[in-house]
Amino acid sequence: MPRLSVWFLRTALVYLAAGFTFGALMLANKGVPFSASMWALLPAHEEFLLLGWMVQLAFGVGFWILPRYSGGSRGNVHLAWLSFGLINAGVLLVAGQEILGLPALMGGIGRAAEAGSAVAFALHAWGRVRPAYP
Amino acid sequence: MPAVTRWYVKTSLGYLLAALLVGIAVVTQPVVDSFGPLAGFMPVYLHLFVVGWLTQFIFGVTFWLFPKYSRELPRGYEWLAWTTFGLLNVGLLMRAAGEPLVASGLTAWGWLLVASAVLQWAAGMCFVVNTWARVKEK
Repeated sequence: MPRLSVWFLRTALVYLAAGFTFGALMLANKGVPFSASMWALLPAHEEFLLLGWMVQLAFGVGFWILPRYSGGSRGNVHLAWLSFGLINAGVLLVAGQEILGLPALMGGIGRAAEAGSAVAFALHAWGRVRPAYP
Repeated sequence: MPAVTRWYVKTSLGYLLAALLVGIAVVTQPVVDSFGPLAGFMPVYLHLFVVGWLTQFIFGVTFWLFPKYSRELPRGYEWLAWTTFGLLNVGLLMRAAGEPLVASGLTAWGWLLVASAVLQWAAGMCFVVNTWARVKEK
Protein backbone atom coordinates (compact mmCIF):
# COMPACT_ATOMS: atom_id res chain seq x y z
CA MET A 1 0.00 0.00 0.00
CA PRO A 2 1.55 3.39 -0.96
CA ARG A 3 2.29 6.00 1.69
CA LEU A 4 -0.49 8.35 0.57
CA SER A 5 -3.07 5.57 0.92
CA VAL A 6 -1.84 4.95 4.45
CA TRP A 7 -2.45 8.63 5.21
CA PHE A 8 -5.87 8.62 3.55
CA LEU A 9 -6.99 5.44 5.29
CA ARG A 10 -5.62 6.11 8.77
CA THR A 11 -7.12 9.59 8.70
CA ALA A 12 -10.40 8.02 7.57
CA LEU A 13 -10.24 5.66 10.57
CA VAL A 14 -9.73 8.62 12.92
CA TYR A 15 -12.82 10.31 11.44
CA LEU A 16 -14.75 7.05 11.79
CA ALA A 17 -13.89 6.90 15.49
CA ALA A 18 -14.77 10.57 16.02
CA GLY A 19 -17.98 10.33 13.97
CA PHE A 20 -19.16 7.22 15.81
CA THR A 21 -18.36 8.89 19.14
CA PHE A 22 -20.42 11.98 18.27
CA GLY A 23 -23.24 9.78 16.96
CA ALA A 24 -23.27 7.66 20.11
CA LEU A 25 -23.42 10.76 22.31
CA MET A 26 -26.38 12.14 20.35
CA LEU A 27 -28.23 8.81 20.29
CA ALA A 28 -27.75 8.28 24.02
CA ASN A 29 -28.93 11.84 24.59
CA LYS A 30 -32.02 11.14 22.52
CA GLY A 31 -32.80 8.11 24.70
CA VAL A 32 -32.04 9.68 28.07
CA PRO A 33 -31.51 13.43 27.65
CA PHE A 34 -28.54 14.79 29.55
CA SER A 35 -27.45 17.85 27.54
CA ALA A 36 -29.29 19.98 24.99
CA SER A 37 -25.96 20.95 23.48
CA MET A 38 -25.41 17.42 22.15
CA TRP A 39 -27.39 18.27 19.01
CA ALA A 40 -24.69 20.75 18.06
CA LEU A 41 -22.57 17.71 17.18
CA LEU A 42 -24.91 16.66 14.33
CA PRO A 43 -23.22 18.58 11.49
CA ALA A 44 -19.77 17.34 12.56
CA HIS A 45 -21.13 13.78 12.88
CA GLU A 46 -22.39 13.92 9.30
CA GLU A 47 -19.28 15.65 7.97
CA PHE A 48 -16.85 13.27 9.67
CA LEU A 49 -18.65 10.11 8.55
CA LEU A 50 -19.66 11.04 4.99
CA LEU A 51 -16.63 13.05 3.87
CA GLY A 52 -13.95 12.26 6.43
CA TRP A 53 -14.62 8.52 6.56
CA MET A 54 -16.39 7.30 3.43
CA VAL A 55 -15.08 9.65 0.74
CA GLN A 56 -11.56 9.57 2.15
CA LEU A 57 -11.65 5.76 2.35
CA ALA A 58 -12.69 5.63 -1.31
CA PHE A 59 -9.87 8.01 -2.29
CA GLY A 60 -7.31 5.98 -0.33
CA VAL A 61 -8.36 2.65 -1.77
CA GLY A 62 -8.69 4.14 -5.25
CA PHE A 63 -5.18 5.60 -5.14
CA TRP A 64 -3.85 2.23 -4.00
CA ILE A 65 -5.72 -0.13 -6.27
CA LEU A 66 -6.66 1.56 -9.57
CA PRO A 67 -4.67 0.31 -12.59
CA ARG A 68 -1.22 1.87 -12.86
CA TYR A 69 0.47 3.31 -15.93
CA SER A 70 3.21 1.43 -17.70
CA GLY A 71 6.27 1.11 -15.50
CA GLY A 72 4.12 0.91 -12.38
CA SER A 73 3.61 4.67 -12.08
CA ARG A 74 0.49 5.98 -10.35
CA GLY A 75 0.65 9.14 -12.44
CA ASN A 76 0.51 12.61 -10.95
CA VAL A 77 0.89 11.86 -7.25
CA HIS A 78 1.05 15.56 -6.36
CA LEU A 79 -2.60 15.95 -7.37
CA ALA A 80 -3.57 13.09 -5.06
CA TRP A 81 -1.63 14.62 -2.17
CA LEU A 82 -3.35 17.94 -2.89
CA SER A 83 -6.66 16.10 -2.74
CA PHE A 84 -5.72 14.67 0.67
CA GLY A 85 -4.82 18.10 2.04
CA LEU A 86 -7.91 19.79 0.68
CA ILE A 87 -10.43 17.22 1.89
CA ASN A 88 -9.07 17.31 5.42
CA ALA A 89 -8.87 21.08 5.52
CA GLY A 90 -12.43 21.16 4.19
CA VAL A 91 -13.85 18.67 6.70
CA LEU A 92 -12.22 20.46 9.63
CA LEU A 93 -13.34 23.90 8.44
CA VAL A 94 -16.96 22.85 7.85
CA ALA A 95 -17.26 20.86 11.09
CA GLY A 96 -15.38 23.50 13.08
CA GLN A 97 -17.51 26.31 11.74
CA GLU A 98 -20.70 24.50 12.67
CA ILE A 99 -19.60 23.32 16.12
CA LEU A 100 -17.89 26.54 17.18
CA GLY A 101 -20.40 28.89 15.55
CA LEU A 102 -17.74 30.60 13.47
CA PRO A 103 -18.61 32.84 10.49
CA ALA A 104 -20.40 31.05 7.66
CA LEU A 105 -17.61 32.10 5.31
CA MET A 106 -15.36 29.50 6.94
CA GLY A 107 -17.87 26.77 6.13
CA GLY A 108 -18.04 28.06 2.57
CA ILE A 109 -14.27 27.94 2.26
CA GLY A 110 -14.37 24.42 3.68
CA ARG A 111 -16.91 23.28 1.12
CA ALA A 112 -14.82 24.87 -1.64
CA ALA A 113 -11.78 22.94 -0.35
CA GLU A 114 -13.79 19.70 -0.45
CA ALA A 115 -14.85 20.44 -4.02
CA GLY A 116 -11.24 21.21 -4.89
CA SER A 117 -10.25 17.87 -3.38
CA ALA A 118 -12.76 16.07 -5.59
CA VAL A 119 -11.43 17.88 -8.68
CA ALA A 120 -7.81 17.09 -7.79
CA PHE A 121 -8.59 13.42 -7.16
CA ALA A 122 -10.62 13.11 -10.36
CA LEU A 123 -7.79 14.67 -12.38
CA HIS A 124 -5.36 12.24 -10.78
CA ALA A 125 -7.52 9.14 -11.21
CA TRP A 126 -9.13 9.83 -14.60
CA GLY A 127 -6.39 8.29 -16.71
CA ARG A 128 -6.10 5.27 -14.41
CA VAL A 129 -9.70 4.25 -14.99
CA ARG A 130 -9.17 2.08 -18.06
CA PRO A 131 -8.76 -1.55 -19.08
CA ALA A 132 -5.60 -3.26 -17.86
CA TYR A 133 -2.73 -3.44 -20.32
CA PRO A 134 -2.68 -6.78 -22.15
CA MET B 1 -13.54 -14.77 1.14
CA PRO B 2 -13.50 -15.44 4.92
CA ALA B 3 -16.68 -16.49 6.72
CA VAL B 4 -17.00 -13.26 8.68
CA THR B 5 -16.86 -11.24 5.44
CA ARG B 6 -19.64 -13.35 3.98
CA TRP B 7 -21.75 -12.56 7.04
CA TYR B 8 -20.96 -8.85 6.80
CA VAL B 9 -21.75 -8.63 3.10
CA LYS B 10 -24.91 -10.74 3.13
CA THR B 11 -26.21 -8.96 6.22
CA SER B 12 -25.46 -5.61 4.60
CA LEU B 13 -27.54 -6.63 1.58
CA GLY B 14 -30.40 -7.46 3.94
CA TYR B 15 -30.10 -4.00 5.48
CA LEU B 16 -30.14 -2.40 2.03
CA LEU B 17 -33.48 -4.05 1.37
CA ALA B 18 -34.75 -3.20 4.85
CA ALA B 19 -33.70 0.44 4.47
CA LEU B 20 -35.50 0.76 1.16
CA LEU B 21 -38.64 -0.81 2.62
CA VAL B 22 -38.53 1.57 5.59
CA GLY B 23 -38.02 4.29 2.99
CA ILE B 24 -41.52 3.52 1.72
CA ALA B 25 -42.85 4.52 5.14
CA VAL B 26 -40.73 7.67 5.07
CA VAL B 27 -42.00 8.89 1.70
CA THR B 28 -45.60 8.05 2.58
CA GLN B 29 -45.32 9.98 5.85
CA PRO B 30 -48.84 11.48 5.77
CA VAL B 31 -50.29 7.97 5.76
CA VAL B 32 -47.73 6.72 8.24
CA ASP B 33 -48.48 9.57 10.64
CA SER B 34 -51.86 8.06 11.33
CA PHE B 35 -50.00 5.22 13.07
CA GLY B 36 -48.34 6.84 16.08
CA PRO B 37 -45.74 4.12 16.73
CA LEU B 38 -44.41 4.49 13.19
CA ALA B 39 -43.04 7.94 13.97
CA GLY B 40 -39.27 8.27 14.07
CA PHE B 41 -38.71 6.26 10.92
CA MET B 42 -36.49 8.85 9.20
CA PRO B 43 -33.43 8.25 11.43
CA VAL B 44 -34.07 4.50 11.22
CA TYR B 45 -34.11 4.69 7.42
CA LEU B 46 -30.91 6.76 7.30
CA HIS B 47 -28.99 4.51 9.68
CA LEU B 48 -30.16 1.22 8.21
CA PHE B 49 -28.82 2.58 4.94
CA VAL B 50 -25.59 4.23 6.06
CA VAL B 51 -24.60 1.94 8.96
CA GLY B 52 -26.35 -1.33 8.12
CA TRP B 53 -25.60 -1.28 4.41
CA LEU B 54 -22.68 1.02 3.53
CA THR B 55 -20.56 0.83 6.67
CA GLN B 56 -21.13 -2.88 7.20
CA PHE B 57 -20.25 -3.66 3.57
CA ILE B 58 -17.05 -1.62 3.94
CA PHE B 59 -16.16 -3.39 7.21
CA GLY B 60 -16.58 -6.80 5.59
CA VAL B 61 -14.60 -6.03 2.45
CA THR B 62 -11.87 -4.29 4.43
CA PHE B 63 -11.38 -7.36 6.63
CA TRP B 64 -11.10 -9.47 3.49
CA LEU B 65 -8.86 -7.35 1.25
CA PHE B 66 -6.62 -5.07 3.29
CA PRO B 67 -2.90 -5.91 3.58
CA LYS B 68 -1.95 -8.77 5.86
CA TYR B 69 -1.36 -8.01 9.53
CA SER B 70 1.25 -10.75 9.98
CA ARG B 71 2.08 -14.20 8.70
CA GLU B 72 0.47 -15.81 11.75
CA LEU B 73 -2.56 -13.48 11.79
CA PRO B 74 -3.02 -12.39 8.17
CA ARG B 75 -6.31 -10.61 8.83
CA GLY B 76 -5.63 -9.49 12.36
CA TYR B 77 -7.84 -10.82 15.15
CA GLU B 78 -10.78 -12.67 13.62
CA TRP B 79 -12.60 -12.75 16.97
CA LEU B 80 -12.46 -8.95 16.97
CA ALA B 81 -14.07 -8.88 13.52
CA TRP B 82 -16.85 -11.16 14.80
CA THR B 83 -17.23 -8.99 17.90
CA THR B 84 -17.54 -5.91 15.69
CA PHE B 85 -20.17 -7.70 13.60
CA GLY B 86 -22.21 -8.69 16.66
CA LEU B 87 -22.00 -5.31 18.39
CA LEU B 88 -22.86 -3.37 15.24
CA ASN B 89 -25.88 -5.45 14.36
CA VAL B 90 -27.35 -5.85 17.83
CA GLY B 91 -26.84 -2.12 18.37
CA LEU B 92 -28.41 -1.17 15.08
CA LEU B 93 -31.43 -3.43 15.58
CA MET B 94 -31.94 -1.97 19.06
CA ARG B 95 -31.96 1.47 17.47
CA ALA B 96 -34.42 0.40 14.79
CA ALA B 97 -36.76 -0.83 17.52
CA GLY B 98 -36.14 2.00 19.98
CA GLU B 99 -36.43 5.07 17.74
CA PRO B 100 -40.13 4.60 16.86
CA LEU B 101 -40.98 3.75 20.48
CA VAL B 102 -39.26 6.84 21.89
CA ALA B 103 -40.58 9.07 19.09
CA SER B 104 -44.11 7.97 19.86
CA GLY B 105 -43.74 9.06 23.47
CA LEU B 106 -42.77 5.79 25.15
CA THR B 107 -39.76 7.42 26.79
CA ALA B 108 -39.13 4.49 29.12
CA TRP B 109 -37.60 2.80 26.08
CA GLY B 110 -34.93 5.51 25.97
CA TRP B 111 -32.46 3.17 27.64
CA LEU B 112 -32.69 0.98 24.55
CA LEU B 113 -31.21 3.88 22.58
CA VAL B 114 -28.49 4.36 25.18
CA ALA B 115 -27.56 0.68 24.95
CA SER B 116 -27.67 0.89 21.16
CA ALA B 117 -25.32 3.88 21.24
CA VAL B 118 -22.83 2.06 23.45
CA LEU B 119 -22.86 -1.10 21.31
CA GLN B 120 -22.46 0.70 17.99
CA TRP B 121 -19.72 2.91 19.39
CA ALA B 122 -17.88 -0.18 20.67
CA ALA B 123 -18.26 -1.79 17.23
CA GLY B 124 -16.65 1.22 15.59
CA MET B 125 -13.74 1.20 18.02
CA CYS B 126 -13.19 -2.56 17.57
CA PHE B 127 -13.08 -2.07 13.80
CA VAL B 128 -10.58 0.78 14.07
CA VAL B 129 -8.33 -1.20 16.42
CA ASN B 130 -8.38 -4.30 14.20
CA THR B 131 -7.83 -2.37 10.97
CA TRP B 132 -5.26 0.22 12.06
CA ALA B 133 -2.22 -2.06 11.89
CA ARG B 134 -3.28 -3.46 8.51
CA VAL B 135 -3.06 0.00 6.93
CA LYS B 136 0.67 0.04 6.25
CA GLU B 137 3.20 0.70 3.55
CA LYS B 138 4.51 -2.22 1.58
